Amino acid sequence: MGRTDRKQKMLLLGSAVFFCVVVVATLIFKGSTGFQWIMSGLTVGSIYALIAMGFSVIYSSTHVINFAQGEFSMLGGMLMYTLSTRGGVPPLLGFLLAVLMVTALGAGLERATIHPLRDQSVITVIIVTIGISIFLRALAKWIWGTDPVKIASFSGDSPVRFLGAAVVPQSFWVFGFAILAVILVFLFFNRTLMGKGMRAAANNADAASLVGISTSTSSLVAWTIASGLGAAAGIVIAPISFASYSVGTMLGLKGFSSAILGGLGSAPGAVVGGLVLGVLETITAGVFPSGYKDAVAFLILILVLLVRPQGLLGKPEDVKV
Amino acid sequence: MEINKSTTKVLVLATCLMVAVSLSAIGCGQQKVDTSKEVFKIGAVLSLSGPAAPLGQPEQRALMLLQDNLNSGAGVNGHKVEFIFEDDESQPEKAKAAITRLINQEKVAAVIGSSTTGATLAMAPVAQSSKVALVCCAAGTKITQPVVSYVFRTPPTDSMAITKVLDYLKGTLKVKKIAILHDSNAFGTGGADELSQKAPGSGIEVVSRESYGSTDTDMTAQLTKIKGTPAQAIVVWGTNPGPASIAKNMQQLGITIPFIGSHGIANKKFIELAGPAANGVVFPAGKLLIPSSITEGSDWRKAVDEFAKEYKAKYNMETDTFAAHGYDAGLLITTAMKTAGNDRVKLRDQIEQTEGVVGIDGVFTYSPTNHDGLKTSDLIMIEINNGAWAEIKSS
Repeated sequence: MGRTDRKQKMLLLGSAVFFCVVVVATLIFKGSTGFQWIMSGLTVGSIYALIAMGFSVIYSSTHVINFAQGEFSMLGGMLMYTLSTRGGVPPLLGFLLAVLMVTALGAGLERATIHPLRDQSVITVIIVTIGISIFLRALAKWIWGTDPVKIASFSGDSPVRFLGAAVVPQSFWVFGFAILAVILVFLFFNRTLMGKGMRAAANNADAASLVGISTSTSSLVAWTIASGLGAAAGIVIAPISFASYSVGTMLGLKGFSSAILGGLGSAPGAVVGGLVLGVLETITAGVFPSGYKDAVAFLILILVLLVRPQGLLGKPEDVKV
Repeated sequence: MEINKSTTKVLVLATCLMVAVSLSAIGCGQQKVDTSKEVFKIGAVLSLSGPAAPLGQPEQRALMLLQDNLNSGAGVNGHKVEFIFEDDESQPEKAKAAITRLINQEKVAAVIGSSTTGATLAMAPVAQSSKVALVCCAAGTKITQPVVSYVFRTPPTDSMAITKVLDYLKGTLKVKKIAILHDSNAFGTGGADELSQKAPGSGIEVVSRESYGSTDTDMTAQLTKIKGTPAQAIVVWGTNPGPASIAKNMQQLGITIPFIGSHGIANKKFIELAGPAANGVVFPAGKLLIPSSITEGSDWRKAVDEFAKEYKAKYNMETDTFAAHGYDAGLLITTAMKTAGNDRVKLRDQIEQTEGVVGIDGVFTYSPTNHDGLKTSDLIMIEINNGAWAEIKSS
């Protein structure tokens, strides 16, 4: 046990050193251009991180991977468009309403489709979430059509320039929101009785029910949080990425990859995974022919999984009873 | 009596004449479809759902408008015309199944479709082997080069758009070095390949070629790379929303060299998505987008104005280029039917002999070596000024 522990720590340290070397080398050899790549990478990475956190919330409480997570973000963005951009509802109220509607939908979907399967295996539930994602995508296409739509940035479009890099203000909103979300999610799962109980429920349902948390409640709360978080994330990122019925697929894929990279079930891991993936992708697109961007990102993901299957910040599965 | 008799005769004759004349006049004014005549069936395989639905739906609407217009008159030589629609769901294999069904079961005389290059390429061999003319609404160069005897098209081709862009770069902007930034899908890659291939012929060097994924939201890495090259203009080959992100990223990075887009951004959506960053963007498009670019009083201009009016009246929507492609495909076939009837082979031969048929996309002329119908000169370059389109008069 001690030896594997040390080996794992060395691996983690090695990955961290590798990442730092890549970043520093980019800065040294490319100067302000390199800095621009890193800033752009952090923006893209924060988007991935926000989606990854939704995966984490549901995974840590139910061990289910929710493939409809990207669709919650898509719905958040599209509802914001209908309410505020088209309907004239003040942005803040539109934001709250959109998040509330998606949260209600998330909770409703959990009761309607996930709850009845509580006695089924996790893999069955995961396949059902794929079904939900297809359903939500089709629903959105039916309501809003296939054209992408635009949502106004929260605080203008004039870029902030520093050290030779230009960053749009919306990037700071995304970044700030990701930090806020990770703190809240972390506190919830580690400092509140409910959160701790929900984590316990995922591992040992009987023990958790002793402290008053049933797996049923746990699943409902997790889906409620994840759908709300996903919707809010979708609204914050929509001014950068545009919103359309199909964005959920891309967001879900990149968010899932980030969650795996950082360690499924760990909120800080989701953020680290997202940022690392975003920065590496952008640097790759800058240094190599840009067509290789996704290939390199996924290659790194596979490498990490081979040597550290629990992800960068994930804890190895310990099945202590 | 004698006189009376002859008067009666004259009167009767006159009456008969009048009745005959007035009857024939009625016949002229209200030509009708003769229901005893065989219905002329034309198949239409379009992408009515799936990612290409924004193309297929206006195409279908335009064809239904054409069908109504024809059948409220004399149809084709008194034959009622019926378009039989099939949805390929934006999938080539579905398109292939649909055309097979239309040819074998519905016994259509010719087929329109599909909306995308992929689906059309899947249908072409079926049309060829069944000897049924196929008139497509897709722009991919490969469809008609080399010429396939039974396959025709109505939209301007990607090749024409590329030639137009190169002419603009050489003639108007007078640049020698360009960068290409393209979507990594079939449309973007195909366009970038052809651009790189043809640019040297116009004395233009491609100094940088970069790509992005269709769902990417940030292209600053590619743009900073291009910024470090001596490129004097960036040619962006892709469809929404990628080019809109690029326009915004260019503004963010303070890149001021000209942005030349493809005909894939010839829609108001691009302006909506890119916002102020769309200003100054230049792209090739059919003259239909700016009707005033078509000579006032010409048959083409009249057709475009009339079509826009009828389309608006029927659907309360603006026309777009896709509606034009669909309408023109139907028009070509029904025009050829007036001479050839619904015999499949004769109909194909007649379509190939089409000369000077005034459609919405332009004036169509086909020949055994040219199944495209339009010419590069049917396109114009458009610049976005203050969120509106303006034609660039070629110098």
